[in-house]
Amino acid sequence: METITLQKPDSQFLRDVRERSGQEPSNCYQCGNCTAGCPYNFAYDIPVSRIMRLLQLGRRDEILQCKSLWLCATCQSCTTRCPNGIDVARIVDVLRHMAREAGYATERNVKAFGDAFLESVEKHGRVFEVGVVAGYVRKTGRFWTDIELGPKMLPKGKLGLRPHSIQGAEHIARIFRRYRGEPEPAATTGGETK
Amino acid sequence: MTLTIGYYPGCSGAGTSVEYDQSTRAVCARLGVTLRDVPDWSCCGSTPAHTVNHVLSAALSARNLELAAQAGLEVVTTPCPSCLANLRIAGHKMEQPAFRDDVRALLETECETLAETKSTLQVMVEEVGLDEVQARVTKPLAGLRVACYYGCIMNRPPEVMQFDDPEHPMAMDNLLTACGAEVVPFPLKVECCGAAAGMPRKDIVAELSGRLLDTAAGLGVDAIATACPLCQMNLDLRQGQANAARGTRHAIPVFYFTQLMGLAMGLSAREVGLSKLVVNPKPCLERAGLL
Repeated sequence: METITLQKPDSQFLRDVRERSGQEPSNCYQCGNCTAGCPYNFAYDIPVSRIMRLLQLGRRDEILQCKSLWLCATCQSCTTRCPNGIDVARIVDVLRHMAREAGYATERNVKAFGDAFLESVEKHGRVFEVGVVAGYVRKTGRFWTDIELGPKMLPKGKLGLRPHSIQGAEHIARIFRRYRGEPEPAATTGGETK
Repeated sequence: MTLTIGYYPGCSGAGTSVEYDQSTRAVCARLGVTLRDVPDWSCCGSTPAHTVNHVLSAALSARNLELAAQAGLEVVTTPCPSCLANLRIAGHKMEQPAFRDDVRALLETECETLAETKSTLQVMVEEVGLDEVQARVTKPLAGLRVACYYGCIMNRPPEVMQFDDPEHPMAMDNLLTACGAEVVPFPLKVECCGAAAGMPRKDIVAELSGRLLDTAAGLGVDAIATACPLCQMNLDLRQGQANAARGTRHAIPVFYFTQLMGLAMGLSAREVGLSKLVVNPKPCLERAGLL
């Protein structure tokens, strides 16, 4: 059995999570209901109720480096079933934001998929599914991923081979640039639409 | 009845779930519900956006709610639970002034009025009503034994969704019962299918969707009815992967609930996009005398 050495909690980390999630982690009394209902628990390295306990102890690095944060699908079972009304899924979402900001991505392919998805949205304003797959393969090198599904999908005409670009695509791209705090490129400043 | 309502198809409605979009439009037309597309709608950000940042996610969603409101659409309906969750959570969180200001800074618009979002499932139950649905049925789904699978986020979190029961929803069960189907109690109706893990971690989808398929098969159903493009894709397109990973041999057709409603209302196989399904639905429909 693994033993841990009690150390001074990272209270700044705890305050950040509290503020960014609007939730009070100390309300958790470790009943384990979240873990009991978590469909992903079989794949987690740290069960969600233990993440809550580590959070109370302010153990930032253990939490931000765990795989569970990336595997959670925000299915809301934990949030729906918490007897203390903690929005556990929102806490996990915030922890994932913090892991990303700290440069951790312990499930690299999950992050690659999300990144490819958002790049497609930024580029076209809507998701171009074939483009997401191409972006994912480019990031991960997993070119054989789901290759067997191609013959099932292609004859159905479900895979659009061209993106649906929208009039507001530039507005969407600007949302992303502002989010990243990037300056507007010279070519687009002053011209709302082309 | 006549009802005009905003419509947000979602990106998959123009691609991998085109039959959901098609059957939703066709059934709404039958029910006298006029759908007006949100002008120049854009992606809600889906799961990837909210896992990166909540303000970014809300900005991507709120653009649509603002465009809808500007077009005079007070309520927008979407068939997709992921779009629904993002659009509703954006509206919910933007009730807090500080959060709203952060979103406005990304959007560079005022966001003075935002449309409200409801699932198409909710509109059919609450605005149209079960009696009206039943009155439109010309070919009851008699003899079709169906498990209704809602997916995890159609009704959750409950304080945001404000519709149906978060653990034991009945809206789809009631709609398909009104259409004459034999709906079986399905214990896993809100358990997650594996969601977007399909590409990066297909082992997870095989396990979680596999459990759903095993349970449905154990109940002796002819088909599963779904309300979510991602659930449908995991259960239908990836059914072979679940079989291969778990040593099962399921061949359970996975419909969108709107496709089954359409068939009950006399729409043709083509009008509800049956040919788009991967597991062949024809044998079970023929057995039930519906094709």
